[in-house]
Amino acid sequence: MNHVKNLKEIRAVISRHKRWDSLFLVAGVMALMIAILTFIALFSHMLIDGMPRLSWDFFTSFPSRRPEAAGILSAWVGTTLVMLVTAVAAVPLGVAAGVYLEEYAPTNLLTEIIEINVTNLAGVPSIIYGLLALGLFVYQLGLGQSILAAGLTLALLILPIVIVATREAIRSIPVAIREGAYALGATKWQTVADHILPYSAAGILTGVIIGLARAIGETAPIITIGALTFIAFLPPAPVQAEFPFLSFEWLMAPFTVMPIQMFNWVSRPEEAFQANAAAAGLVLVVMTLLMNGLAIYLRYHLRKKIKW
Amino acid sequence: MKLSYLSSLLKRMRIPIHNTKDTLVGTPATRNLRYDYKRHLKERVIEILLFLAAFFSVFITFAIIYMLISESLVFFEHVSLREFLTDTQWTPLFDDAHYGILPLVSGTVVSSAVALLVALPLGTTIAIYLSEFAPFTVREIAKPFLELLGGIPTVVYGYFALLFVTPLLQMLIPDLPGFSLLSAGLVMGIMIIPYVSSMTEDAMRSVPMHLREGSYAMGATRFQTAIKVVMPASLSGIAAAYILGISRAVGETMVVAIAAGMQPNLTWDPTEPAATITAYIVQVSLGDLPHGSIGYQTIFAAGLTLLLMTLAFNILGHLLRKYYREVY
Repeated sequence: MNHVKNLKEIRAVISRHKRWDSLFLVAGVMALMIAILTFIALFSHMLIDGMPRLSWDFFTSFPSRRPEAAGILSAWVGTTLVMLVTAVAAVPLGVAAGVYLEEYAPTNLLTEIIEINVTNLAGVPSIIYGLLALGLFVYQLGLGQSILAAGLTLALLILPIVIVATREAIRSIPVAIREGAYALGATKWQTVADHILPYSAAGILTGVIIGLARAIGETAPIITIGALTFIAFLPPAPVQAEFPFLSFEWLMAPFTVMPIQMFNWVSRPEEAFQANAAAAGLVLVVMTLLMNGLAIYLRYHLRKKIKW
Repeated sequence: MKLSYLSSLLKRMRIPIHNTKDTLVGTPATRNLRYDYKRHLKERVIEILLFLAAFFSVFITFAIIYMLISESLVFFEHVSLREFLTDTQWTPLFDDAHYGILPLVSGTVVSSAVALLVALPLGTTIAIYLSEFAPFTVREIAKPFLELLGGIPTVVYGYFALLFVTPLLQMLIPDLPGFSLLSAGLVMGIMIIPYVSSMTEDAMRSVPMHLREGSYAMGATRFQTAIKVVMPASLSGIAAAYILGISRAVGETMVVAIAAGMQPNLTWDPTEPAATITAYIVQVSLGDLPHGSIGYQTIFAAGLTLLLMTLAFNILGHLLRKYYREVY
């Protein structure tokens, strides 16, 4: 008799615990749903507000006091040029640092300091980089509120991302590859340049794209260096008709970028400008989603394809 | 012939051959194997260049610290540290200037607290679900989706907070003002979820399988295993994820600048509008303050306060990680 009672109790305990199990399952799905629903709400709200404003004219007009005539020409040109500077500055520096830390660095205190430092830099709020750039680039180096200053600021910001991505890509290359190269008499740099870098290029590219996708949406550091929000002209063209054909005047030109243009429109009280903000936001989100999507696709594709 | 044999013998004995220009020793092949100064010099130069690139990150840190401290020192010549820490008003741009950082700190703390109340429970739940419960396909779809969510520009989240979440909240709380720490904090929380969940999940998935198997063998359910075995075992990683979430909330700028207002306000009530440290920096930067004025220096003092706050959390996280580290 006692035996049967015990069994009943045990069954009750088991079913109670199983109930908790399924309750948590529901909670997990719900939490995920909240994230997904937020994204859907955000996207559809912008779509409804901004879609009517999206037209060819919107991409080819300058910002204006009249909301229906305003466009994002100077913003997307500015964003493109700033991203160009950022990529040119951050990629060589970040890849070189990643290669050094993975392939060259001896295990000593200095290396450890550099490693901890890279991790900490990734946690520094982006607006702090803006303050650094304001003091260093804008005033001490005298670059002013230029495309060059903004591009370098964002380069500093994404440097840790590029370094970490480079290190991860390099780390996944088996030691046997290096040993093979050394056995044939290659020097360290020959091994790196002919084997390590080509094999890790796709992984590094993924990191660079993620970094640039982050930089494209960064607003705070660019506001901090004092970028103007009302720019109704384009920087000087980089290609010219007469000798020497290439001009770098655009580096020192004042500019605006997509997120700043959007921030400017959001903070206006008129509703018509908020439709512009929604349209600009839509363009911005699609740009970052495409970049991040490309990075995710590249990564999955790589994982499947490479068999050492 | 004999000479070349000799030289290859010397090579094998690892005796370097330093021959002068006019004596040619060995066949072309062995000559190529000679110790090549140019080749080694190139290697050294490249190594030094790569080191400089890596060391540049340390330089950035020093530049940040130097810039913030040097400008703040000038600021503290005008304003005593005591006034900075105890005054309850922050009005540096008014005629009657007060320099008390407390209102900005309270705004930062309240908005971050709201954000973390959303992000930490939801992020942890998602992480446990994805790591311990979800079928393979759900995880493969949900992870990249969350990553995309984390990649959306913050200014877009700010727009969403001001024009979607605030009106929605005003239906629930009728007297909620147009700018509030609550709506900024809520959106910030959703924004941080991906960071918390992906790091927490990575930590939980790195727990060895045999710990789970042992737990299941004892008759534990998946939930019990997740809470009592996997979570304690990955506590150091979870702590790191939480600390990252906190730093992001404290340093977040655009959402609060757009949706929480820019008026410094010493309050602990999330339904009020208030400026955070970051929002103040944005507000000043939008104006046209001359280089070297006291208003210009206040943003560096505010930035230094912000950096010290995130630094404190990072050190705490480092200590927690050390304290809870489990080695298998």
